[in-house]
Amino acid sequence: MDGFTPLSATLGGLMIGASAAVFLLLNGRVAGISGILGGLLARPSRETGWRIAFLAGLVLAPLVYAGLGGSLPPVTVATSFPLLVFAGLLVGFGARLGAGCTSGHGVCGIGRGSPRSLVATGTFMAVAILTVLVTRRLLGA
Amino acid sequence: MAKIASAFAVGLLFGLGLLVSGMANPAKVLAFLDVTGRWDPSLALVMAGAVAVSAAGYLIARRRRRPLLAPRLEIPTRRDLDPRLITGAAIFGVGWGLAGLCPGPALTILTVVPAQAATFVAAMVVGMLLFRLVPSAASKPSAVQGVDA
Repeated sequence: MDGFTPLSATLGGLMIGASAAVFLLLNGRVAGISGILGGLLARPSRETGWRIAFLAGLVLAPLVYAGLGGSLPPVTVATSFPLLVFAGLLVGFGARLGAGCTSGHGVCGIGRGSPRSLVATGTFMAVAILTVLVTRRLLGA
Repeated sequence: MAKIASAFAVGLLFGLGLLVSGMANPAKVLAFLDVTGRWDPSLALVMAGAVAVSAAGYLIARRRRRPLLAPRLEIPTRRDLDPRLITGAAIFGVGWGLAGLCPGPALTILTVVPAQAATFVAAMVVGMLLFRLVPSAASKPSAVQGVDA
């Protein structure tokens, strides 16, 4: 075990869960990032405003974090640009085809006890672990 | 207006949670997925904490007549498992495992590592647009606007 950060992981997890809970109680919506972003790619509607506002909150989070006096935690992207493009295509397409991502299925769906979300989360977790195993251990990337 | 303000606040809290938890850092996500390497179990605690609070929120929301700012709950109701769900999740898993990035963290680190995050986000948006070319994608219940998981 290397770099295990149990306290900050739990605290951050509670914040993410609180965000999903508040969104359900106030707006009656699921805090699924791929669904919120994907919905923006359709024709503009009454939904457009809150979707942009939600994503703006996400994007501004590091600035607010720093503004509150926090020193930003390290963010390391070791993936090459061509691989980032390939991974991004797969993540975007897969999240829409599978009707959700880590937030929508993993946090919100499992929280509701949705069988679809349990299966989707189990699937993408297992496939991602396998992918890392192949790229890091077998190909040595 | 209140709906838009609350969506902004909720998005902000989500992003702060990603930063605090370390999950905005792809290297840390990959360290969780790398189970045969120097495994970092942090992501499991993030999920446990997030699911616990989200489940409590759902239980409360279900008992109330309606959300405070909306006429009704708009949550996915499908319970069947179909090939699209599994295939989509598997494709998503490959991409997630390759870069350690999923949609929330990718958007959250746009100002931190702009070149890499913007590259990933742009490709992700293209991937989402490609999905719209899938036959009958728009008419499938799993793709109904806004009720995706």
